[in-house]
Amino acid sequence: MKADELLHPRPEGLYCPVGDFFIDPVRPVERALITHGHADHARAGHGHVMATQQTLDIMGLRYGADFAGAVQAAEGQVNVGGVVVSFHPAGHVLGSAQIRVEHKGMRIVAAGDYKRGVDPTAATFEPVPCDVFITEATFGLPVFRHPDPLEEIGKLLTSRAQFPERAHLVGVYALGKAQRVLRLIRDAGYGDVIYLHGALAKLCDYYVHEGIELGPLAPATVDKGLKDQFAGRIILGPPSAFAAKWAQRFPDPLIAFASGWMQIRARTRQRGVELPLVISDHADWRELTDTLEELNPDEVWVTHGREEALVRWCELQGMAARPLHLVGYEDEAE
Amino acid sequence: MKAFSSLLDRLVLTPARNGKIRLLKDYFRDVPDPDRGYGLAAITRDLEFRMVKPAMLRGLMAERIDEELFRLSYDYVGDMAETISLLWEGDGGEDIRLCDIVDILQKVSRIDAPAVMVDLLNRFGASERYALLKLATGGLRIGVSARLAKQALAGFGSVEVTEIEELWHGLEAPYETLFAWLEGRADKPEQAALSPFRPVMLASPLDEASLEEMQPVDFAAEWKWDGIRVQTTSEGGERRIYSRTGDDISRAFPDVVAHMGFEGSLDGELLVVREGVVGSFSDLQQRLNRKTVSKKKMEEFPAFIRAYDLLQDGDENLRPLPFAERRGRLETFVGSLSDARFDVSELIKFNDWSALAEMRASPPEAVIEGLMLKRWDSVYVPGRPKGPWFKWKKDPYIIDAVLMYAQRGHGKRSSFYSDYTFGVWTPEGALVPVGKAYFGFTDQELKEIDKFVRDNTVERFGPVRSVRAEADFGLVFEVAFEGLNRSSRHKSGVAMRFPRISRLRWDKPPGEADRIEALEAMLG
Ligand SMILES: [Zn+2]
Ligand SMILES: [Zn+2]
Repeated sequence: MKADELLHPRPEGLYCPVGDFFIDPVRPVERALITHGHADHARAGHGHVMATQQTLDIMGLRYGADFAGAVQAAEGQVNVGGVVVSFHPAGHVLGSAQIRVEHKGMRIVAAGDYKRGVDPTAATFEPVPCDVFITEATFGLPVFRHPDPLEEIGKLLTSRAQFPERAHLVGVYALGKAQRVLRLIRDAGYGDVIYLHGALAKLCDYYVHEGIELGPLAPATVDKGLKDQFAGRIILGPPSAFAAKWAQRFPDPLIAFASGWMQIRARTRQRGVELPLVISDHADWRELTDTLEELNPDEVWVTHGREEALVRWCELQGMAARPLHLVGYEDEAE
Repeated sequence: MKAFSSLLDRLVLTPARNGKIRLLKDYFRDVPDPDRGYGLAAITRDLEFRMVKPAMLRGLMAERIDEELFRLSYDYVGDMAETISLLWEGDGGEDIRLCDIVDILQKVSRIDAPAVMVDLLNRFGASERYALLKLATGGLRIGVSARLAKQALAGFGSVEVTEIEELWHGLEAPYETLFAWLEGRADKPEQAALSPFRPVMLASPLDEASLEEMQPVDFAAEWKWDGIRVQTTSEGGERRIYSRTGDDISRAFPDVVAHMGFEGSLDGELLVVREGVVGSFSDLQQRLNRKTVSKKKMEEFPAFIRAYDLLQDGDENLRPLPFAERRGRLETFVGSLSDARFDVSELIKFNDWSALAEMRASPPEAVIEGLMLKRWDSVYVPGRPKGPWFKWKKDPYIIDAVLMYAQRGHGKRSSFYSDYTFGVWTPEGALVPVGKAYFGFTDQELKEIDKFVRDNTVERFGPVRSVRAEADFGLVFEVAFEGLNRSSRHKSGVAMRFPRISRLRWDKPPGEADRIEALEAMLG
């Protein structure tokens, strides 16, 4: 069978007509298979959702227990309307998975978001042989080369020593980045209390519950008249909070931001970030191209991000590739 | 190189002046000689290398990466050095001393340059590659002026910044004697250079209410001329004209330099004077901001020094003497110079403040912008001491403001950034917008401002660009307006009536533009 007949893009998302399901649909559908808990991939309101247990837990935390009509934890190979479906770790965030679908000898892997670097807060990416590999391209330009994340965290700790009177506010997304940054700070040998914006608390608790140690945490609430209690402290919050009044409660805040985008100086400047930390949960250019070389699929489909460059790279390698032009996935939320 | 490249990475993103100073001080503390001195020289752009050109670097990339992938990358990143630093294969991770890099770049020939750059780029990681490329191509623009660097040095050694300024022109990278002094390991370096810059004494704006407590007999009064303040120094055959921040602008004024056959240092106003008649400021602008000047321009716009003060007379430093005494010496000194190029600022005779106020209201020439009051007993001290010197401006509705935002114009100006929002300083040291103007300048000036805007854009929001505006870097407008109202709609709390740009002050550091208090005082 042709790959297009097994999976193809529809406005709702990637659709499998044989099994009558969507992967990571951006609108409510009857049956959804979901790669991971980021809001642009995992939406509420589907009739039936299949995902890893951790992704289901995360969706429950975000949207409430009744986020879907029915749920099913993915385990082993499952037959969905004659299509064999299985989930495999993607290394992106806790619970993230690639979804493999097979029918009449055609094997497609939709990797969702993934990375190959070491990360104790997410199960390591598993290369799954396939005929078609659907890759993300968030950092799909050869300029993206994520450095050693521990070295990046070192910059944060150095700055703390250099500016001990300033509160160090680190922008992180609530799912994945927050916990990874906490874990990295601990691995770098910092044991003091780290303070959290309220929006991060639930998911951090969940990671701890799943056995990922994050060290001593406390809510970032300021006692009246005690502004200085945060001098030299590390505070994590969603980047959107830093532009708001919330940030003004801290003494002379120094804004850091942990994101793969921080590699590009113009983007750093645009966001008014003083301390960029290049820490990403997506594959960088080398991880993308190494993965494609390793899997060597007959065809590569490229989705959200800088499709053009990755398709060009495949062309130069003699690898068949095309962009999928799926809409609704956020480039920025990394 | 690692210490230098991480300093650069931090400096560009640190908006606060004090933060920048802290980073520099820590760098001076942590990095050994001579590396720290070369780092300093690179930042103040006193190190220049000529053998590495952008075209050569593009050529290196063409051998290494698909053209299409390069184009996509460069489009996205927007900066050539940054693009190359990120695209270059390998992560050498080596740390080569900055002094060795400087040595290599200074000695390399144009023919060897590509191979040498390839070798260095291979040995570095991305951040060091970026620093190397910027250094080698002379593109280090990181928002640190020489003045800020001097302040960091002063802070590092706990000395006055004027001490550094005074020494600066005799020093050369890597400044080892300077650091030795700042660390208390050696005496202050001798000012060995001939004709060094002598930090300038500035006046504070006069608060008219305080005239009551001031005795007219204690003060000398002079016209405040509408030119630019300069220091004209000639010692041992070395002739220099300095701007008031210590930039050497001699090369643009050979007509004055030719007549500096004296031994000493004069403080004065640079003007255009034709047969005794002072030209307008726009005449003078024909001579400013140029590296060289044509014979024709010199004939059309002859430069002239109206002397205010004498700082050095032969071997004698006059600055500790009272103004009255310096003034006497000044008259004798200038008396021996060519009167086609030099004269002495006239002293105004007055008995009481009201008589002086009347003269201020109707000055004898249009190019006078007010009065200067100087205590007869004032010694010449650098900076802006409160009390001895005052400026008393003619028109109350003129301020110096800093360009903050520029917007594209309409009609035939649609290709230019021609609508300007300008601001003044708040007590916290930030700029607050106080008005908008889109006329008052010539077409030529518009082109110059437009270029400035494009070269110094910080951010874009649709048709609007925000422009670099820091205490040490930016563009100052003299803004004239008809009146001032309180306004709750404006963040600054004031609204100007009919503001127009009366003059571009390329010569003025933004840090010396007006403060919001000055506008509040005008509200009365
Ligand atoms: Zn994701
Ligand atoms: Zn995604």
